[in-house]
Amino acid sequence: MAAAKEELQKSVMTLTEPSLVEPDVLERVLSSSLRHGGDFAEVFVEDRTTTGIALDDRRVEELSSGHDRGAGIRVVVGDTTGFAHTSDLSEAGLAAAAEAAAAVARQGGGGVRRVALELTTVRSPNEVLVLPSEVPKGTKVELLLRADDVARSKSNSIVQVSAGYGDTRRRIQVANSDGLLTGDDRVRTRFSVVCVASGDTGMQTGYETAALTVGFELFEQRSVEEVADEAARRAVTKLTARPAPAGVVPIVLRRGSGGMLFHEACGHGLEADHIVKDSSVFTGRIGEQVASPLVTLVDDGTAGPNWGSLAIDDEGHPAQRNVLIENGVLVDYMWDALSARKKRRASSGNGRRESYQDLPMVRMTNTFLLPGSEDPDEIVAATPRGVYIAHLGGGQVNTATGDFVFGMTEAYLIENGRITEPLRDANLIGNGPDVLGKIDAVANDFDMSPGTCGKDGQSVPVGCGQPTLRITGVTIGGTAGA
Amino acid sequence: MPELIDLARAVAEQADSAAGEAVEAYVSRGRETSIRVYGGEIEQLASAESAGIGVRVVRDRRQGFAWVGALDDQGAREALAAARDNAAYATLDEHAGLARPDGVAPAELDLWREELAFLPTESKVELALDLERRVRAGDPRIRQVVSSDYADAMSESAIATSTGLASSSRRSTCYLFVYAIAGEGDETQTGFGYSVGRSSDDLDVETCSADAVERATRMLGARKPRSSHLTVVLDRRVTATVLGVLASTLSGEEVSKGRSLFAGRLGEEVGSSQLNLVDDPTDVRALGATAVDAEGLATRRNELIAGGSLLGYLYDSHAARVAGTKSTGSAVRGGYRTTPGVGARAVSLLPGTLSQEEIVKEVGDGLLVQSITGVHSGVNPVSGDFSVGAEGLIIKGGELAEPVREMTIASTLQRMLQHVRHVGSDLEWLPGSAAGLTLAIDDVSVAGE
Repeated sequence: MAAAKEELQKSVMTLTEPSLVEPDVLERVLSSSLRHGGDFAEVFVEDRTTTGIALDDRRVEELSSGHDRGAGIRVVVGDTTGFAHTSDLSEAGLAAAAEAAAAVARQGGGGVRRVALELTTVRSPNEVLVLPSEVPKGTKVELLLRADDVARSKSNSIVQVSAGYGDTRRRIQVANSDGLLTGDDRVRTRFSVVCVASGDTGMQTGYETAALTVGFELFEQRSVEEVADEAARRAVTKLTARPAPAGVVPIVLRRGSGGMLFHEACGHGLEADHIVKDSSVFTGRIGEQVASPLVTLVDDGTAGPNWGSLAIDDEGHPAQRNVLIENGVLVDYMWDALSARKKRRASSGNGRRESYQDLPMVRMTNTFLLPGSEDPDEIVAATPRGVYIAHLGGGQVNTATGDFVFGMTEAYLIENGRITEPLRDANLIGNGPDVLGKIDAVANDFDMSPGTCGKDGQSVPVGCGQPTLRITGVTIGGTAGA
Repeated sequence: MPELIDLARAVAEQADSAAGEAVEAYVSRGRETSIRVYGGEIEQLASAESAGIGVRVVRDRRQGFAWVGALDDQGAREALAAARDNAAYATLDEHAGLARPDGVAPAELDLWREELAFLPTESKVELALDLERRVRAGDPRIRQVVSSDYADAMSESAIATSTGLASSSRRSTCYLFVYAIAGEGDETQTGFGYSVGRSSDDLDVETCSADAVERATRMLGARKPRSSHLTVVLDRRVTATVLGVLASTLSGEEVSKGRSLFAGRLGEEVGSSQLNLVDDPTDVRALGATAVDAEGLATRRNELIAGGSLLGYLYDSHAARVAGTKSTGSAVRGGYRTTPGVGARAVSLLPGTLSQEEIVKEVGDGLLVQSITGVHSGVNPVSGDFSVGAEGLIIKGGELAEPVREMTIASTLQRMLQHVRHVGSDLEWLPGSAAGLTLAIDDVSVAGE
């Protein structure tokens, strides 16, 4: 890490680097966007470079690199949004997109509106020490080969390993008709390993990933050996797993990946676009007890280098820490600019989009439950019978009913207060408000984990976290008697 | 605008053949409109053009790839240079290479409706508004229409390789989608409807709205059922989703990498004798239809399971070389940003003779599954473990009875195939890579109370 300081200089420099599009061009494009009328116009400019390397079947199959550059322009008239995007960042290209986006402002009578931009800079929640673009490709390839070796040496039963490395640098610029001009330079790095183990009862898989909003220094915090070892251990453990129970049982969720459950169980239902349209079970419940008093839920885009961190959201609003549920009482929802405008309040910095080709909407950043006071081991010890979930995979929620599902990818039986046999993969199903009320123990430990959140066809990186906790009853979708 | 195929050829021609280098260029361009209405007004109207180029280079039996989200010479040069550089870092692979002409002529498929490009925006908005109105008027218990969407895309792509392949294709697609909430007292249930086609004439607003209304309202009063083992009747949409997962396990690439539960089982009986599974991208009724695959080879009809016996797997050219066989024209790619991989495009079960109503009657007691959730997290294509969230209606005495929700259905893919009791006659092509029909499966675990 000798070059670390130099790299830091470089990444700080980028904030003052020449803009992707010159401010005077943005001013003219915004002014012309509102030529036919309209209440608000915005130009979102993005330049994204990515590197991806895939290892599978003992081989580095390919290294791929990509470059996307373009702008999305939206014009808001009353409750209507017009949107167009272009990969042509010349003034003519932007003007054509502005014209298309402004097509919704048909009522005319707009007249001249001059937009003057004022630059705002926002500090990143974390520093990027080593820009991945400065790291030789061969060094990145080496990581994958090492992961393959480590995973295969873990056990003879490991029959297949695939691993992926990815880095992204996303420079954005946001300008709008309120005069805002700001930007961000986000670097994300991830590494993941999937193992297949084979035994007498068939094959099982294990997955583990490390992903942070940092540069190549990710691997100082989390070694590839650790990631590979964890994936292999998970697959091998399940070879002796028995079918999960079918029915309602108490569960103890280990710290970390269980945070995804709260992302689904209530996070999505607290997104203001669902609230504004009355399509969330949490609509109209501010100030009410919606969860056990042990629950304090926070969404925090400034939470250090976590996967969902950002300096500004994709509408140019600074990321912030928002307490959503405090001691079980619903405090606030998450807001983007449009939903906030409808309720005449401020955005909470939750307007995000996958790329310049998409409209922003209300999204989570890093969502987590704050730790409590109990010893995690004692929570298990105080559970006579149940399921201990050490790792959760993906999930899905219906915000209108609150029903959600989740995949358990590493789970064990709890018998007489002890963690015993491993269980095969199964989904668990529950209802958000119901589960929030059934949390009866929260530990003093904590961990975060990275995830990808999909909504309305757009994927964004998010962080999730939680302390070890117990839910008194959740339906496990296995095949054995509960 | 230059022809896409010329752009692709110009890149492929730069291959340094003397040095044994092979180059493939995949170029695509799309024009899209998407409209969302809410409360009788346009909420969002987006129009966009996007284009890009993906370049694959194979040199010294190593592959590199790069893409650029632009269609100009500079972008193409940038991508080719990066792909060449990237190739040096791949592990040597004796099977690396591009597809080569195999003598199979692409089918003539008509997937383009010029008129869609000229449909005025007002007409598209009116379709979405009409859909929203119909759903609101469909039942007094419809409390909210969260979104009513119209979207269309005119997509063109071309592929050229220095190994002698060159082809271009184009398609038009459009859809309507509506998401409705029904309510009674404190209770809320949801349902959605959709209609998909190649031009707006194919769109069926009536069925789309009726579907959303029926699916939302019939779930009102739903309770969590008791845990049990029973026969489940999968609705068409559910079957299509399950077939999509099943097809992914029949990828020749996954098989050779030891990640398929069907590896080494060719010729064996893997399911009920009623099961006949085909992937046929040349069937124009399929929304995934295409005459040319993602490597430039002609697509073809591939029989995968016949009479319950496993007949074959799907291959792209790389997986075929590894397995010592020929490509089945099954290369797919997610646009210019990705390299080709193996995938199904148009999977269907050959239909049986009974309608859904007849199947429900014959089953007598069981569960009609209207929708499933958590497929990504709950179905493991390697182990075959199957566990998904479900909602639907209890079947009692051969009739549909009370609605149930917040439950899971679980089994393994292997067992489910063996326990297929009926294959319905109601084949319908749905969005995605598979067709739906009603499917009855015995002995599935239901977890509830």
